[in-house]
Amino acid sequence: MATGNAKKKPVGKMFVMGLISIALYALLLARQDEVNAIFAKGGWYAFLPIITAFVFSFVHGNFTGDFWTVLGVEAARKKREVK
Amino acid sequence: MHDIAAGYINLDAITILYLFGVGFVGGLVSGFIGSGGAFVLTPGMMSLGVPGLMAVASNMCHKFPKALVGALKRFKYGQVDVKLGIVLGVSAEAGVLYGAGIQEKIKTTFGDAGSNLYVSVAFVVILATVGGFVLYDAWKTYRSGNANTEEKAGKLAKWIQSINIPGTMVYFKSINARVSILFTIPLGFATGMMAATIAVGGFVGVPSMIYVLGAPSLMASATELVIAFVMGLGGSLKYALHGMVDIRLAMIILAGSLFGIQLGAIGTTYVKPFMIKVVMGVIMVIVLFSRGLMVPVYLSQLGLIDKLGDSTVKLLKTSSFAIMIFALLLGAFIVLRAMWQGKQAEKLQHAAGALEHGEV
Repeated sequence: MATGNAKKKPVGKMFVMGLISIALYALLLARQDEVNAIFAKGGWYAFLPIITAFVFSFVHGNFTGDFWTVLGVEAARKKREVK
Repeated sequence: MHDIAAGYINLDAITILYLFGVGFVGGLVSGFIGSGGAFVLTPGMMSLGVPGLMAVASNMCHKFPKALVGALKRFKYGQVDVKLGIVLGVSAEAGVLYGAGIQEKIKTTFGDAGSNLYVSVAFVVILATVGGFVLYDAWKTYRSGNANTEEKAGKLAKWIQSINIPGTMVYFKSINARVSILFTIPLGFATGMMAATIAVGGFVGVPSMIYVLGAPSLMASATELVIAFVMGLGGSLKYALHGMVDIRLAMIILAGSLFGIQLGAIGTTYVKPFMIKVVMGVIMVIVLFSRGLMVPVYLSQLGLIDKLGDSTVKLLKTSSFAIMIFALLLGAFIVLRAMWQGKQAEKLQHAAGALEHGEV
C-alpha cells in the first residue's frame, strides 16, 4: 500500500514541540500567582500577555499541527479549486 | 488593581478540562467557518465566576493567536486573501472601538439589564436576518443540485464590483475584481461593531464578504481569520493595558482551540463550499433562539413587562446557555461528519483511480 510519494511524518518534531508546550504550560500554572500579579499591572506590562500568546501559539500551534499529521489527519490530496 | 486581582478564579482539574474542551469545540468551528466559540466561551467563563470584563478580555487574548494559527494553516491551502483581511481588519478595529463606546453609553444610561437587552436584541435581529438568509441560500444550493459547481457572485456583489470610484479601487484576489474601499470600510466597521456587541464579528464579516463583495465561501471564512487576528490583537492590547487579561484562562482555552482549529481548517479541504454556509447558518439560527429566551428576563429587569419569578429566570438562563452549547456542538458535529464523508469519498476515488491504472 505504501505510495512512493508518502511524506515522512514529523514524529520527532511533534515530540520536541509537545515537550516545550507542556513545559510552558507547567511553568505558567506553577508560577500563576506571580504571573497574575505582574500581568495585572497594565501599562507597559500589557505587552507581556501579548508576547506570551504569540510564544504559546507558535509552540503549541506547531505541536497540534504535527499531532494531526502524525495521526494521518491531513488536508485532501486534491485541493479544491478556489479562485 | 486590587479589585481585578480578586477576579482570578482558582483553577482545578475540572475547570481546566472544561475550558480545554470548550476551546477545542470552539476552535474546530472557527477553523471551519472563520469564527465562533466566543459566544459560548465568554458566558462559560462567567459561569465559573470570572468577572464579565475579564472574561471578554481573556477570550479575546486566546482569539488572536488562535486566528493566527488558523489563518496560516488555511493560507497554505490557498484560501486566504491577506489584503482583504487586513483592509477589513483595520476598519473592523475602528468598529470595535465605536461599538464598545456605544455599549459603555448604554450601560451608564440604562444599567446592566439595558446593556444586556441591547446585546440580545442585536443578536436576535442580526442572526434572524443574516443567519436566516445564509441558511436559505445553502438550502437553495443543495436543492438545486449545484453544490459541486463553483460559486458565482450574486447580483448585489456584481453591482458593487461594477461601481468605479476613482482613487479608491483596490484589487482583491478572492473576489478577482477591483472593489472600492468605500464599500469595504463600512463592512469591516460593521464586523467590528458586531464583535464588540455580540462577540462574534464573523457572523457579519463572512456573509458580507460572500454576498456583498462576491468572495467564495471558503475564502471568506479563511479571510475572516485574518480579520479576527487584527481585531483580537488590538482588543487584547486594549484590555491588557488595564491588566484585565487572565492569561491562564486564555492559554488553557488556546491549548484546546489550537487542536480544534487545525482540524477545522483541514476539514475545509474535504467539503463542498456550501457546507460553510450550512454550519454558519445552523449555528446562527440556533443561537438566535438562545438569546431570544433571555429577552423577557432583561425586559422584566427593566420593568418593561411584569416581573418574572426567580425560578422562571433561572430556567430561561439555563435553557439559553444549554441551547448555545448545543449550537456549538451541532456545528462541530456537522464539520466532523462532512470531513469524514469527504475523506471516505477521496479514498474511494483513489481506489478507483488505482484500479483504472492497474495498480491493484
